[in-house]
Amino acid sequence: MEDIVVRAVSRLIVPFIQLYGLYVIFHGHLSPGGGFAGGAIVASSMILYGISFNLEAGSRKLSHDLSSLLESGGALWYLLVGLIGILLGSNFLANKIAGVPLGTPGQLLSSGIIFLLAMGIGAKVASTMVTLFYSLSGGEDSDGNRT
Amino acid sequence: MLVAALDFLLLSFLIVCAIAVARIRDLISAVIIFAAYSLVMAIIWQMLGASDVAITEAALGAGVTTFLFIATISKTKRTE
Repeated sequence: MEDIVVRAVSRLIVPFIQLYGLYVIFHGHLSPGGGFAGGAIVASSMILYGISFNLEAGSRKLSHDLSSLLESGGALWYLLVGLIGILLGSNFLANKIAGVPLGTPGQLLSSGIIFLLAMGIGAKVASTMVTLFYSLSGGEDSDGNRT
Repeated sequence: MLVAALDFLLLSFLIVCAIAVARIRDLISAVIIFAAYSLVMAIIWQMLGASDVAITEAALGAGVTTFLFIATISKTKRTE
């Protein structure tokens, strides 16, 4: 599908969607949203890019290897950040009880480890959805042709 | 009064959409109606004060889910 209007508009709008998604991820402890919602927004911007250009151009921007690396890396990052609580002598994922400095309320860097956890969740959700998109849209269609 | 009228309008649209999704035979039309259902549902979540759920519903329900359904339909048959 070669449509100049769709391509121009999506090229214009994709950076803003991604910026909004990153905003939702990083401000998860201050405003509505968080890792899951922000990751879904970032993933939908990449899906928009993939369907308005073509799948090859989309997978050049985010290859399957990088995507699966981000996916497992996000889960591993969550685990490692959760272990901080145990290392400081408390429970898994403990934040204030373990003595992580919380900073000033209302500031971006103010919630201890929640900020770091949201980054991991956002990366994992976004890459999972992009991987789902490429696995579903690639491969064979109903007539058995490779696409 | 105006908010109650808007609530009534949105909820009746939601019910009509839900029945139409279940009744319609063309699956692409069902997916489009389901996207409209998700969008109205996101507005209702926001009016109920659940902004977090509203953001997720708008991004997932109206965006990603619609595309995944259409990708699945393009690999199978269009009618039920």
